[in-house]
Amino acid sequence: MAHASQLASSPLGSQITVSNVSKSYGAGDFAKQVVQDCSFTLDSGKLTVMIGPSGCGKSTLIRMLAGFERPSSGTITLDGKPVTGPGLDRMVVFQESALFPWMTTYDNIMFGPRARGEDTPEMRAFAEELLQKVGLDGFRKKYPAQLSGGMQRRAELARSMINKPDIMILDEPFRGLDAMTKKLMQQYYANLYEEFRRTTFFVTTDIDEAIYLADRILIMTNIPTQVRAAINVDLPRPRHVEDITENDEANAIKMKALGLLHEEAMKSFARGSKAAADFVDAYARRMAKE
Amino acid sequence: MTKSLTAKAMTFINGEQFWRGVVSIVVFLIFWEVGSRSQAWFGFAFPWVSQVPPPSAVLVELFKLIQDPSFWMSAFLSTLRVFEGFFAAMLIGIPLGLAMAVSRTFYGITFPVFEVLRPIPPLAWVPASIIFWPTQELSIAFITFLGAFFTIVINVIGGAQAIDVRYFQAARSMGSSTWDIFRRIILPGTLPSIVVGATVGVGITWAVVVAAEMISGGGSSGSGGATGGGLGFFIWNSYVGGSYTQIVAGMISIGIAGYLSSAVLRKIGKWMTPWLSES
Repeated sequence: MAHASQLASSPLGSQITVSNVSKSYGAGDFAKQVVQDCSFTLDSGKLTVMIGPSGCGKSTLIRMLAGFERPSSGTITLDGKPVTGPGLDRMVVFQESALFPWMTTYDNIMFGPRARGEDTPEMRAFAEELLQKVGLDGFRKKYPAQLSGGMQRRAELARSMINKPDIMILDEPFRGLDAMTKKLMQQYYANLYEEFRRTTFFVTTDIDEAIYLADRILIMTNIPTQVRAAINVDLPRPRHVEDITENDEANAIKMKALGLLHEEAMKSFARGSKAAADFVDAYARRMAKE
Repeated sequence: MTKSLTAKAMTFINGEQFWRGVVSIVVFLIFWEVGSRSQAWFGFAFPWVSQVPPPSAVLVELFKLIQDPSFWMSAFLSTLRVFEGFFAAMLIGIPLGLAMAVSRTFYGITFPVFEVLRPIPPLAWVPASIIFWPTQELSIAFITFLGAFFTIVINVIGGAQAIDVRYFQAARSMGSSTWDIFRRIILPGTLPSIVVGATVGVGITWAVVVAAEMISGGGSSGSGGATGGGLGFFIWNSYVGGSYTQIVAGMISIGIAGYLSSAVLRKIGKWMTPWLSES
């Protein structure tokens, strides 16, 4: 089939190396360190899942990988070449839908090819294949607002994949979907990945999602973030959600990951409760004055 | 799926909202009629309303007017001025607003001047504009232009600046050039605000053209009379001539004209932004 050859044109994808990257915002006393001395590698053709407490700086890392922002120090290299800006080799699928509201599903998917002057018969055929593959064939003329949350995510996956990026970056792509849709999307996405096999960086806060999808899980520390631990997930593909809930190895990974995440979450909570305590204290004093 | 126009009209007429509107207008007209005839009917004058001619008399006047070519000429002249000013405002305001939204430098240079000029009411420009422009026709068109211009520019700037930054990031990472981003992200992203600016702007234009016509004394006609001066001058002339029914008839025709202009623009806007209405 046509799409098989199109998808397989570069079966492995590139490798990204993040070494000693730090990022802080603001200056002087107001500087906020978000990422500190963070190092990891995204192996080519592998699906690496990053998981960490919310607000730990995952999205900042993604913006740096995508090239929208530069690290304060350290380097990010793609197959040995430094990343200096956004590029076609890396595609980001955002947290909430970033489909262009004024374009139909089909026009959204064809955005990339048209932007590069590649509105060719081959690309149109590829767009058709992708529409089929993500189950939006009947929705090609609909606008994003007319699609359900799950459909929007799938349209966005197709819009990224048509550009055949060497690296796919997904920032909590299934966040905010209901449990049922989320499960379906995970299966959908796992199938796509297994056919696609591009280097993938997938960020989530959901440990079950991480184990179901990952070749390797990076567990991040609380802010300022760095890699706390890396766990390999050597479960055979294709995976099934039911198998994973009953698999001893998967459960061992889950317990280990949850333990580490719990520690980091407690650190984050301790900071939060200190701030909360100060606020309550100040409020009480103010009330006493009046 | 797609209902015929008559079927749509039937559902509308059978709807509650339609009858609420009918009741509202009928009650309003009854109060007005009774109020303005209170002196004759009850022997005492209701304050304010009794000074106004009753709607039945205004209706008779309107009926006479629509058979009078000079009334249509006035309506046509005002409409022409409104659209001259309005289109000039769109033609200059949209590119200017986009340029101000896109370029930080251009924004820094132009915005202070723009913000000082913006609060000046269009009518305060009347004397200056009569001095600036060679003909009275041009000065009236200029005043109407000002009425719509600032609203359109402010809406364009606001709309363009409110475009989600992720759309730019997504477009850039898919290989869009600057021109491509402008054409396929900024323009359609700003379009809904342009439509809002245009719809509000045309309403202001009607408010302004009438006042400008009154003040400038009827534009090109000069000699006065109901011909050539536009609806604003028509009303003023009716006041001078003491025909109160004509004043109210003139006011109502402006209301209708303003409503129609906004309705047409809304329709065009809806057609240009299909992604907002289809859900």
